[in-house]
Amino acid sequence: MDMGTLMFAGALGLMLIGTAALVLSGHLMRMVFGLALLESGASLLLVLTGYRSGASAPIILDGVVPASMVDPVPQALVLTAIVIALGVQALALGLVLRVHRAYGTFEMREIRRRMERDICDQAGLELPSSNEVPEPYPGSPKPQQGEY
Amino acid sequence: MRQYNSMRRLTSLLFLAGLGLLLAAILQRLNFGQPPMIVGDAINAAAPAQVGAANLVTSVVLAYRGFDTLLELTILFTAATAAGLALGREPGDRLADPEAGPIVRAGADLFFPLLLVVGLYIIFHGHLTPGGGFQGGVILAAAFFMPQLARPASRLEHRMTTLIEGLAGATFILIGLLALFEGEAFLTPLLGVGTLGTLLSAGTLPMLYLAVGLKVGAELAGLLASLAEMGAEE
Repeated sequence: MDMGTLMFAGALGLMLIGTAALVLSGHLMRMVFGLALLESGASLLLVLTGYRSGASAPIILDGVVPASMVDPVPQALVLTAIVIALGVQALALGLVLRVHRAYGTFEMREIRRRMERDICDQAGLELPSSNEVPEPYPGSPKPQQGEY
Repeated sequence: MRQYNSMRRLTSLLFLAGLGLLLAAILQRLNFGQPPMIVGDAINAAAPAQVGAANLVTSVVLAYRGFDTLLELTILFTAATAAGLALGREPGDRLADPEAGPIVRAGADLFFPLLLVVGLYIIFHGHLTPGGGFQGGVILAAAFFMPQLARPASRLEHRMTTLIEGLAGATFILIGLLALFEGEAFLTPLLGVGTLGTLLSAGTLPMLYLAVGLKVGAELAGLLASLAEMGAEE
């Protein structure tokens, strides 16, 4: 395997790891980190596609134009993409902190359960319940009738 | 529910396997060292005479894709505003973390002017060397956030950052509109090309990058301050 394939595999692998964190993890903070990994992988892939063997950076030093320069367009795209990724991550972190303040946990399943309880409380409904209802969360005590 | 979870995990793994296959298929077709696009070569050949910026990435960001950069600034602005909205600022509860130790405080005092100089240098030389408004703006934001890390009781003035941000954004659009009055397209660089490689070259590009730098710096400083205040309130 040559160097280029290895680097492309690294970029695509980062994207795969980020996506895995997004779909497999139920922890909101880890999902934000997964999003960051996904964005880094995409940026890396874009920069790598603009590389030309043996070429220099697209900068003219002291009026000497290099014989061969790499593609400046992906670099310009990634330049702004990084800043936007930062803004999006800050927004995601803000929302996650907000959720943590409201429900006191980062665990998606737990949040969903408490949200459903709150909605039923507000609507004056009883939570759907039956004898076969399994425990809502591994290790948590058996729910009381009416609570779940 | 446990059954449902294992089912969900299984479908997620299947999805990931499919995605991995797709990415592997892309990997097969990628040629390292041979860029598939031809527009880059054309820009590399034409940009020095057309735009006059020694850093060709800057000519792409501000001259050829200036309108896109404006929209990307809008995205950043929207994200920062939404984050500020989600984090919220209640003036009532202003519980602050205790002050940092003497090392962090002295470091913050020492680094503040240095970071300002480095940030402004990177912004002003964005059309000559690697760097520019986005990178320099982030360094400026760090400069204004460091004193807050050292002394959490001293708050960043949010009205100030909003004012700088708004003025910088308006300047960017105003420079773009000036090109319209000259009979050119929106955001066309004006004021001639200048001598390649000197500080006062590439027409209005340095001014645009200054606006970008101030906007990004003020936005991120406000965002970091909001995040820090959110942490302190708990």
